[in-house]
This record gives sequence, C-alpha cells and structure tokens, in this order.
Amino acid sequence: MAYSNKVIDHYENPRNVGSFDKDDASVATGMVGAPACGDVMKLQIKVNAEGIIEDAKFKTYGCGSAIASSSLVTEWVKGKSLAEAQQISNTDIAQELALPPVKIHCSILAEDAIKAAIADYKQKHGG
Amino acid sequence: MKLPIYLDYAATTPVDARVAEKMMQFLTMDGEFGNPASRSHRFGWQAEEAVEIARSQIAELINADPREIVFTSGATESNNLAIKGAADFYRKKGKHLITVKTEHKATLDTMRQLEREGYEVTYLEPQTDGLVTIAMLEAAIRPDTTVVSVMFVNNEIGVVQDIAAIGELCRSKGIIFHVDSAQAAGKVDIDLQTLKVDLMSFSAHKAYGPKGIGALFVRRKPRIRLEAQMHGGGHERGMRSGTLPTHQIVAMGEAFRLAKLEMHDEIQRITVLRDRLLNGVKDIEQVFLNGNREHRVPHITNISFNYVEGESLIMALKDIAVSSGSACTSASLEPSYVLRALGMSDELAHSSIRFSIGRYTTEAQIDHTIKIVHQAIEKLRAMSPLWDMFKDGVDLNTVAWVAH
Repeated sequence: MAYSNKVIDHYENPRNVGSFDKDDASVATGMVGAPACGDVMKLQIKVNAEGIIEDAKFKTYGCGSAIASSSLVTEWVKGKSLAEAQQISNTDIAQELALPPVKIHCSILAEDAIKAAIADYKQKHGG
Repeated sequence: MKLPIYLDYAATTPVDARVAEKMMQFLTMDGEFGNPASRSHRFGWQAEEAVEIARSQIAELINADPREIVFTSGATESNNLAIKGAADFYRKKGKHLITVKTEHKATLDTMRQLEREGYEVTYLEPQTDGLVTIAMLEAAIRPDTTVVSVMFVNNEIGVVQDIAAIGELCRSKGIIFHVDSAQAAGKVDIDLQTLKVDLMSFSAHKAYGPKGIGALFVRRKPRIRLEAQMHGGGHERGMRSGTLPTHQIVAMGEAFRLAKLEMHDEIQRITVLRDRLLNGVKDIEQVFLNGNREHRVPHITNISFNYVEGESLIMALKDIAVSSGSACTSASLEPSYVLRALGMSDELAHSSIRFSIGRYTTEAQIDHTIKIVHQAIEKLRAMSPLWDMFKDGVDLNTVAWVAH
C-alpha cells in the first residue's frame, strides 16, 4: 500500500500515545470501532474549567492509517473548545493525510472518536 | 545486514545460481536453443535429449518413471489439468469430487468451475490443526465420487497431510487421487512407488528453479487417463500441447536434482533456524503457532500475534519480507480463508504472519527478525486499547462494540 509520507510519519512517530485516568472529572473518553472490523480507537481529552481541550491522548488497534488518523486528531483537538473540536470532519483528516480511498473509513472513525469523547464529557458534566 | 530480510520462500524462491548457470546454456545461438520437437536436425535432437535428462531428474526426486512426467507452466496449470482432465475423462462414472477448504486457490477455483459445469464438490473442513482425517474423507465418499484432491504441504501453515493413508483409501474405492505438491518437493520425501497417488502437481519456482515451469505426474500403472485441456501439436503424449521451453525444463531438472542431493541436510539446517525463531518469540504473551505441531515442514511457520492488527504489524515488520494472514494490504478486507477454515477468529487471522525459511536464510537473519518482531509487538501493543483491556481482564467478547 502506497501511503503518504504524513501517514508514515504519524505511524512511525505517533503523537500523544497513552491514557489519562478515566475517573478524573476533567477527562472524557471516546471509544469507537470493533475488533472484528479491524480497528478500535480510544481517544481521551482533558478539558479545563473554560471548556478548552488542554490535552489529548489515544490508543488505537488498527491499520497504519487508523493509527495516523488518531494521532493527527490528538494534535488537532488540543487548544480547541469542545464546540470547535466538534467541527473537525473526516474529510479534513482524509485530506491532510492523503488517505487512499479504501482507508477513508479510518478518518470517519477518528471523527466519531472525537464526537464520542465530547459526548462523554457532556454526559459526565450533566450537559 | 542487507535489508529487507527475505522470509517469504513459500511465495517463491530465488533461482539457485547453479540452476541459472545451467539455464543460460539453452538460450542463445551458442547454446542449445533448438526446438525439442524438431526431429530433422541435431539442434532438435540435442534439445530433446536435454529435456529427457531433466524429465529423469524430476522423476528421480519423487521415485517415479520419467514417462509419468508431463511438463506444464506451473502447479496452477498442473492442478487444472489433473482435476479437470480426470473429472472430464471419468465423468460417465460419476460427477462427485472431494477436496479440502484449505487447498490452494488453483484447486478451489478449478473445483468451483467444475461446479458451474454440473459437477458436485464436497469441501472438507479440516480439524483446527489443519489436518483432514481418514474418517472425514470416508464419510464424504459416495458411489459416484471420481476424484479426490488434497495438498501435500499447506502453503500458509505448512502442515503435512497423511497422503499415504488417503491414497490407500482412494485406491481401495477406485477413486483417482490428486495431490498438489507445489510446496512439498524438496521439503518432504516423496516416493511414488509406495504412495498410492495417481496425479501429483509440481512447481519449479518453489524449489529454487525458475517461474513459469511445472510438471504433472500421471501414473502409468494403474494407468490414469486425462482429457487434455490444452490442444495443439500433441506434445507430452497429447496431454499438454505447446512447444517445450527447454531452458526452463533443464532448470527445473537441475533444481530437482539438487533438491534430491541436498534436501536432507537442508531440512536439518532449516529446522535449526525454525526452532531458533520459535524460541525467540515464544516468550511474547498471546502468541500462537498455527497448525499441527508434529505433522509440518520446518520451512513454513505461521504465527498469530493477538491484539495487534495485521497491516500495522506488516508495516512495523517492513525490514522483513513476510506474508500476512490479512489481506488488508489489498483492496479486500477479508482475512486468510485458510486460517478462517481452521476456526480462527477474523481478528486473530488478521494478525497472523507466515515466516518461510529457505536455502539462503542465515542465523543472523533469524536473530535480527526476532529482534524486529519483539520491537514491533511491543510498540503496537503499547498503542493498542485491546491489549489494555486484555491486561485489565476484560473479556473482549462481552464488550458492546460500536461497529461501523
């Protein structure tokens, strides 16, 4: 598979791999995908009192572009408000990484992971 | 060390330098370039003699009569000729065929084609160790069964079927028995004086010969008849027309001659390397060796690494040339049908790697491979949420996944 240099770079040097304590009130978790489909993404965000995403971490079981997509979104969400992060779309991710057509679902999964994390935060904070 | 390290000998082998040297003598004006079918001059006679020597060399490796060897373009064509040829010839006797789900596509797709032509095919499901039993076969045989096709050595997991016992059963029932030996030549002893096999397919490029040449063994006693699938000048006693490619045939003969001379030493050497590889990775958690442990060749080792995904594993192993049980790298997302037929989950099949060791594999290459595998698994599991869940004791089958 001919991947773009950006995918290779994110795959070889993934940004923000890891986990936060999920019981921390400022932390929210989104986990999407299924092992049988070949990819599972876990995205965690740490949100401050002003509603800004201060930090993000991910763990991904999946192909090179799934790992690259999740690595990229952890960089993108940092410093954004929840409303801004909600706007990140799969087409932005696919475009930035120049994903081949058969790998577009990885970018969709990454978008879903952000939305799931934001939903988790809102649920935790009653809102 | 020169990278990447080639550990995909089951896909194809390099041509042995001694074989290439021999092959080159049958191409140019200065060499023996003649058409073996030319009866009227010495160019033809010399080429014919070279072909007949090669035919004997191939026959010697498998203890057969040279007159039982028919040259083809490779094992795919041999499988087609054997199965279609025998099914066609004996169709008045019956139209039921039996094979195994883990066969090579050259057998399975040939069977599918025969189904479209009105034959009935039973696909045996092997045990989880990849072997078929005599009881399974016995239960599938019907009065109208004409051909049974079972491969000697499986190309993905390296298990060796009990060809001797299957042969006895088929012979006792008067059923023609075809064996795909593409992966077996030079890897296991083949004695066609004792094995009750009627048809056997071979390929040169899995045994340090060139691509594009193979052979089909067609038994003379009892005589097996085939309907030709390729028509023309009546070469190969009418079973396979087409000008014989002298240089490729000579090369295949030389490759099989060397195999007979060196295979026992080679098997020992490769067994040592295989054991070294297995010992090197056995301490990694959640690693599984696929296929029966005793009935296998040392050349092919198939290992599943749980909780890492196949394509990312192949990317992490970019310095070693191996095959994946995952077809993720192609357009289809289906995992290996062979591993699925063993009852393996999609996830585990996706994260399976075939390491195939050969004539030029060194100890240093195996050691480097072990190191790279450790690094890759460590890196990918550190990144894998499934590995975390496994470590936390979560049963992944009980998780409500958000499938997409």
